[in-house]
Amino acid sequence: MKILVCISNVPDTTTKITFSENNTQFNATGVQFILNPYDEIALARAIELTDGGNGSVTVINVGEVNTEPTIRKALAIGATDAVRINAKAHDAWFVAYQIAKYVKANPFDLILTGRESIDYNGTKVAAMIAELLDLPSVSIIKKLDIEGINITVEREIEGGKEVLTMPLPIVAGTAEGVAEPKIPNMRGIMSARAKPLTVIEPVEVKTFSEVVSYETPAPRGQVKLVPADDVGKLVVLLHEEARVI
Amino acid sequence: MPVLVYTENAEGKFKKSTFEAVSYARAIADQNNTTLTAISIGDVNTTELAGLGKYGAEKVLNVSNGKLKNFINQAYAAVVAEAAKKVGAEVIVLSNSFSGRGLAPRIGVKLEAGVADGAVSLPDRSLGKFIVKKSAFSGKAFALVELTSANKVISLSPNSYKVVETGSTAAVEDFNPDVKASDLTTIIKEIVRSTDKVSLPDADIVVSGGRGLKGPENWGMVEELAGLLGAALACSKPVSDSGWRPHSEHVGQTGIAVSPNLYIAIGISGAIQHLAGVSSSKVIVVINKDADAPFFKVADYGIVGDAFDVVPKLIAAIKEYKASA
Ligand SMILES: Cc1cc2nc3c(=O)[nH]c(=O)nc-3n(C[C@H](O)[C@H](O)[C@H](O)COP(=O)(O)OP(=O)(O)OC[C@H]3O[C@@H](n4cnc5c(N)ncnc54)[C@H](O)[C@@H]3O)c2cc1C
Ligand SMILES: Nc1ncnc2c1ncn2[C@@H]1O[C@H](COP(=O)(O)O)[C@@H](O)[C@H]1O
Repeated sequence: MKILVCISNVPDTTTKITFSENNTQFNATGVQFILNPYDEIALARAIELTDGGNGSVTVINVGEVNTEPTIRKALAIGATDAVRINAKAHDAWFVAYQIAKYVKANPFDLILTGRESIDYNGTKVAAMIAELLDLPSVSIIKKLDIEGINITVEREIEGGKEVLTMPLPIVAGTAEGVAEPKIPNMRGIMSARAKPLTVIEPVEVKTFSEVVSYETPAPRGQVKLVPADDVGKLVVLLHEEARVI
Repeated sequence: MPVLVYTENAEGKFKKSTFEAVSYARAIADQNNTTLTAISIGDVNTTELAGLGKYGAEKVLNVSNGKLKNFINQAYAAVVAEAAKKVGAEVIVLSNSFSGRGLAPRIGVKLEAGVADGAVSLPDRSLGKFIVKKSAFSGKAFALVELTSANKVISLSPNSYKVVETGSTAAVEDFNPDVKASDLTTIIKEIVRSTDKVSLPDADIVVSGGRGLKGPENWGMVEELAGLLGAALACSKPVSDSGWRPHSEHVGQTGIAVSPNLYIAIGISGAIQHLAGVSSSKVIVVINKDADAPFFKVADYGIVGDAFDVVPKLIAAIKEYKASA
C-alpha cells in the first residue's frame, strides 16, 4: 500500500495574525510555523495503515525551502520519504495542480490531505487533486478503514453522518476522529535526517485567484455584564437591544 | 454573465442555507442585469422546485435520475458543470455546506474557474474586478480574493447572507445529462440524519456547553434552554473528547465553524481554538464563574456566576418572557 500525504506549513494555532504592506501581506515575522494539525491526523492514519512494513508513506509539500523543518517533522513522525515541490503555494488550485502532476507520474493507492489548512481554510486541495486525476474524493472524513481494494469512510453532513464505500485509489481530507496525531520520538528525530527528501521544480500553470488584501474583524465593544441575580435583564437586553430573541 | 446556483436538498426539502445561496446568486445576477438559473439534483417535487422562484430563480433545471438520488460529488460536479455550459453561466454559486465543500472545487477544475470558498458577502465588482471576501486564518481575519478567471465559483458561508423573498414562481425544466459510470463508483452505505434536532451549521441560535458543566448528566438544563430558544446544541472539544456529547456538536477550529445570530457559551473558557469556530457569531453571551475567563473579552453580554445557578434562572426568565410576549 503506497500512501501520499499532502502536508502544509501553517502558522501555529495560537499565533496573533497581523498583516503588513498596507494589509496585503501576512506578517510572518516572529511567527512559529507548524505542520497543519489536520495533516498530522492524515499522517498518523497513513502510518497506522502501513504499520509493520505494509507499504510506504510519502509526504509531499508545495513550498519554498523554509518549509523543510515541517517536512523533517513529518519524517520524524514516521513518513518513509518526502517530496518538496519548490514553489510558493500560490493558492489551492496551484498546489493541487502540482501534486496531481506528481501523482500522474508516481501513482499511489491512497492520497490523504487534511480537511483544511488552518491559514486559508479552503477545503479545496483534496477535491481539486481528485478532479484533476478523475478519482473519487471525500473532503471531510471522520473515519477511514481499508478492506482489500475498497475504502470505507464516514463523512459529516448537517445534523448527521454518511458512510461511503468505494474502490481505491481515492483522495480524502481527514478531520478529527480519523486518528490521534503522533508525537515524534528520539529515534524518529534521529532517523529523519537520513530519510530521502527529493526537491522537484514546479510545472507552469495559469492561476485563477489572487489575494488582494486582508482585513481583521472589527473588535467587539466592551462586554455588558449582567448581575447573576438579575438574569431577567439579560433576556430584556437580548430582546430589545440585540434583537436576537 | 448568467448565474447558476446549485440548490442542495436534504430528503427532498430545501433548507435555509439553500435559500440563502439562491438569494445571494440573485443579487449577483442583478449586479450584472442577467438571469439566474437554479439546478437541483435528486428527488424534489415540482412545488418545492418552483418555490425557488420566491428567492429569485427564474428557471430550475431538475435532474431526477435514480443513479443521482444521493450526493456523489464526482457525478454531481459533472452535472453542474454541464448545466453551467448549457445556460452559459459564468458564475456558479453554492452553499459552503459539507457537501458544497466537496463539490465547489471539482466544479472549479472542470470549468477552469477560480473558486472562492466560504464567501461572507457579495462580490465587489468596482474597478472591473471581482473580489470576494472570505474568512481566513481560522476566523482571525478575512481575505479579499480576486477571481481572475472568466468563470467563477463561489460557495457561500451559511448564515452570512439574508434570505430575500421576491415572490414569484420559477419555471421547472427537466435536465438529463449523461453520467459516466466512472463518476459513480462511490456507494452510499448509510445516511444518518437526526431530523428532530436543529442542524448546527444552519442554526440561528446556538447554546454551547464546556467543561465547566462538570459532566454529561448536567446537560438537561442546557437542552431545556436550547429547546426554549429553538437553538442547536454545541460543545467545546474536551466535552466531546470525553464522550459527554457527540463529536458532531464540537465547535471550534477542529470542529464545526458556526456563525449564528446568537451564541450562548456556558462554562467554556474561550480558548483561541474554540473562538476560531464561533467568533463570527453576531451576538455572543458568556456565562462563566471566572470573571477573568478569556471568553468575556470577545463577548457582547456576560454573566459572571455559577452555571448551576444562572442557567435555571435564565430558563425561568425566558419562560416568563415568552408567557408575556
Ligand atoms: C490544535 C488544537 C485544536 C483545538 N481545537 C479545539 C476546538 O475546535 N474546539 C474547542 O473547543 N477546543 C479546541 N482545542 C482545545 C482548547 O485549547 C481548549 O482546551 C478547550 O476549548 C477548553 O474547553 P473548555 O472551555 O470547555 O474547558 P476549560 O478550559 O477547562 O474551561 C472551563 C471553563 O468553565 C468555567 N467553569 C467551571 N465551573 C463552572 C461553573 N460551575 N459555572 C460556570 N462556569 C464554570 C471555568 O471558569 C472555565 O473557564 C484545541 C486545542 C488544540 C491544541
Ligand atoms: N502547500 C501545500 N503543499 C502540500 N499540501 C498542501 C498545501 N496546502 C494545502 N495542502 C493540503 O491540502 C489540505 C487542505 O488545504 P486547503 O484546501 O488549503 O484548506 C491541507 O490540509 C493539506 O493536506
